[in-house]
Amino acid sequence: MVGLRPTLHAPRAADVAMPPEAPATPGDPGAAPALVIDGLVKRYGDRTAVGGVSLRLERARVLALLGPNGAGKTTTIETCIGFRRPDAGTVRVLGLDPRDDNAALRPRIGVMLQNGGVYQAARCGEMLRLVAAYAADPLDPDELLDRLGLTPVRNTPYRRLSGGQQQRLSLAMALVGRPEMVFLDEPTVGLDPQARHETWRIVEALRRDGVSVVLTTHDMEEAERLADDVVIVDHGQVIARGTADELIRGAAEREVRFQAPPGLDVVALGASLPEDCRVSEPAPGTYLVVGPVSPALVAAVAAWCAAHDVLLGGLQVKQRTLEDVFLELTGRELRA
Amino acid sequence: MTRVTPVSAADVGEFAPRPGRAPIARMALAQVWMELKLMLRNGEQVLLSLIVPLGLLVVCTTIPFISVDAAEGERADFFVPGILALAIMSTAFTGQAIATGFDRQYGVLKRLGATPLPRSVLLLGKTGAVLVVELLQLVLLVTVGVALGWNPEGDPFSVLLLLAFGTAAFCGLAFLLAGALRAMTTLALANILWFVLLVFGGIVYPLSELGAAAGAFELLPSAALSTGLREVLQHGHVAPFKDLIVLGLWAVVSLTAAAATFRWE
Repeated sequence: MVGLRPTLHAPRAADVAMPPEAPATPGDPGAAPALVIDGLVKRYGDRTAVGGVSLRLERARVLALLGPNGAGKTTTIETCIGFRRPDAGTVRVLGLDPRDDNAALRPRIGVMLQNGGVYQAARCGEMLRLVAAYAADPLDPDELLDRLGLTPVRNTPYRRLSGGQQQRLSLAMALVGRPEMVFLDEPTVGLDPQARHETWRIVEALRRDGVSVVLTTHDMEEAERLADDVVIVDHGQVIARGTADELIRGAAEREVRFQAPPGLDVVALGASLPEDCRVSEPAPGTYLVVGPVSPALVAAVAAWCAAHDVLLGGLQVKQRTLEDVFLELTGRELRA
Repeated sequence: MTRVTPVSAADVGEFAPRPGRAPIARMALAQVWMELKLMLRNGEQVLLSLIVPLGLLVVCTTIPFISVDAAEGERADFFVPGILALAIMSTAFTGQAIATGFDRQYGVLKRLGATPLPRSVLLLGKTGAVLVVELLQLVLLVTVGVALGWNPEGDPFSVLLLLAFGTAAFCGLAFLLAGALRAMTTLALANILWFVLLVFGGIVYPLSELGAAAGAFELLPSAALSTGLREVLQHGHVAPFKDLIVLGLWAVVSLTAAAATFRWE
């Protein structure tokens, strides 16, 4: 699939935008990038979860790992926090090896995992206070609970919290130790819109305050809104990277969608349009022209239709979204 | 990309990094306190650790359906040491195994591995909570025992030595089960073994009742603990070397095996 869409992989603008790798600075981990992953491979038995991923994140930036289920996002995160040992490649978080320097790294990072991780009978507030007690200079747990809307359930046992409340507690646990860097594995899954927006505001506040953030998501809007760097992974490989803007622009500037009787000759239509336009009929009677959209292009589509006595049912010019790019890159089939 | 401006200027810097690990003592204390609250909040755990031993002590001492080599007024001298052994086993083995098994199943052990809490302090917290509950059991059982006419002999140091060895052996067995098996399997096994170790552990009747097989059952940790405690508290001897060796071996073997096989997730 990767080889079939070479044009989509050409704009690796992030590689250009990011500064060249700094020399290793073991004596000064404070100056190291937030995250450097080089050729990470992780296999489970004969299944390759991550097949050669390389990433780099500078301090105080937000990186979104975007990909369908089973793309290797969680495995990548779990390797970064020292839960898994890479089969090949290196990982450096804040300049430290997540396995060999684990004890030094753990106080400096905050982690939100997908589910569980809390004593079932522990109350919401006491669990956060417990995690706060691990840190030298934690945030005020009560204020954090308040900010995340958990004050009304502070005395509720974890197992009786709703899924969204459990998610928010998990986020609070990641933040309470004032980490330099946080890893958030699908932070907004199962949240209602209010909680999702509060989570976004928190990620923005983290970035503003100098915290580096790696988050995984399959929510395009989330990646588009929060991330400085977006990395799309699928089948354990990085298939595109850049800022959300670069990815959208790089993939194709815009699209023209129009309705007309089904079965038009899209090849002939394509031939009458500027060279770098692609025409397809994704559904009978709906046509999609992807390429650099201009008034002349719209006129050319209309002219071709007029010449062939085809009545246009409707025509929309649309800015593409990250979701369009994502689906184009990862395919539209459903994942297990 | 739209950025939301902070609600107020006071919000700026609220997440400014100030990472660092708390002192070990503070982490350990917080961990013990949490584990203790969880233990005492768990109904089955309280039943197993406090109600059952207290009930057995009262019933066995006051209703003479089990014959022991003690005079009528001295039945408590036989039963209190045995019930102390049972209480240690309930807390350090069965309760500990079940709680740790479910902590593992629910990802707590894995999750806390991504916090500054060292794993050694996590286990220290569990052990500390067990010790506090044991102290509570000791106070309750000794008080009720004395009320039932118990007249202890022996030196406290020997008793503490036996209790410490017994706790280590039972904790080791608990971690061995909980670290390798599924939580439900651990739950079932920990309860079955509790019953087996109770019945064949010389706790509510003398091991000698088992006849020729008694020698083999003396190697059970519950039997070593109950006979050792009885030697000290009923007969006024120092802690028997043999029972300490048996408990020590159980502790070393189970803790070593647990360290080798324990899976955190």
